[in-house]
Amino acid sequence: MPQVTLTVNGKTSTVEVEGRTLLVELLREKLGLTGTHVGCDTSQCGACVVHVDGNSVKSCTMLAVQADGSSVTTIEGLAKADGTLHPMQEMFREHHALQCGFCTPGMVMAAVDLVAKNPQGLSEEQIRHGLEGNLCRCTGYHNIVKAIDAAQPLMHAK
Amino acid sequence: MYDFGYTKPSSLADAVAALAGDDEAKALAGGQTLIPVLKQRLNKPTKVVDLSKLGLSGITVTGDSVTIGAMTNHATVAASADVKRAIPALAALAGGIGDIQVRNRGTIGGSLANNDPSACYPSAVLALGATITTNKRSISADDYFQGMFTTALDAGEVITSVSFPVPAKAAYIKFKNPASRYAMVGVFVANGPKGVRVAVTGAGQGGVFRHTAAEAALSKSWSPASLDGVSIPADGMNSDIHASAPYRAHLVGVVTKRAVTAAG
Repeated sequence: MPQVTLTVNGKTSTVEVEGRTLLVELLREKLGLTGTHVGCDTSQCGACVVHVDGNSVKSCTMLAVQADGSSVTTIEGLAKADGTLHPMQEMFREHHALQCGFCTPGMVMAAVDLVAKNPQGLSEEQIRHGLEGNLCRCTGYHNIVKAIDAAQPLMHAK
Repeated sequence: MYDFGYTKPSSLADAVAALAGDDEAKALAGGQTLIPVLKQRLNKPTKVVDLSKLGLSGITVTGDSVTIGAMTNHATVAASADVKRAIPALAALAGGIGDIQVRNRGTIGGSLANNDPSACYPSAVLALGATITTNKRSISADDYFQGMFTTALDAGEVITSVSFPVPAKAAYIKFKNPASRYAMVGVFVANGPKGVRVAVTGAGQGGVFRHTAAEAALSKSWSPASLDGVSIPADGMNSDIHASAPYRAHLVGVVTKRAVTAAG
């Protein structure tokens, strides 16, 4: 069986996988990082978004073997070791940007990448377009957009 | 998903060798189509040959051409200052494919090898008269697209790069399916070294095609008004729950005009 060595949230692991093992399956089932969700299994909903080498990707649409040698950040890796939330997580809480919470890990990871890559700032419309790969079925987009907008100055001030 | 063997060769020759002689082997580029297909068990490859370590990523812009490595992802093309300067319509097209996460993985070579009838890139390749280079030859855009999910590629042939002549004017407008964001109708218009060319994706049963009536009208006068009275038959258009064939034929006219307006 292929072996994959990757660094997840700063910790390097070597894991045996099958060719067909998805990155999200490696994260959830081999490493126990169940914060990354599987919503649709058809690459549409974005609940499984993680960062691979600094870019947001759908971890249900990437083979674990493709991540060999990569650095992966999941929702569990965003907060500081002392529990201080990432500004994006803090703003999601502040603005009540979740109802059931299922889409939230993917939303937060997508939002962090979106804001980080756009230091010039994003309009509300640009934030909404930037979330095209993430579905929320509680009709919660409005507060999610507010939270991301509020997180922009906090992330860029760092 | 059925299991398969997996190999990640480090040279083009090794990749070609791994694909050779095995009709059930599949090349893996960004995987944004192939992996969903595998998950639905619509395909059962013996092995998957990962092309990511062949050094096929990168963008080279000269005075009269833009050459994009086959494994260059859509986000990289969309963000490239060089592409934005040379062929802004191409950067904009790449920035409108799927969503951010798809653009971070999906590649130009993968899109062209798959030739989905609703994909965006085939329209740019056909309208700009690009040249597709593989491990063994160069293929002109006019010869490359041979119908829905069908191309001139031989079994085991690997795209290495795509070279676009820089046009004087070009634009791509996509009328999106609001759910999937695939093109219900997408039109790429170009006025450049290969003449006036109009390519339509999303609409035709046979995949991307050239709108020759619009090309003839725009060759006489490059303006939206010169398209007045130009129509395209509904025969041969796709018809599905999203849009009927006559509606798609109508949209081709509307979207072509919008593209010419956008190109200026």
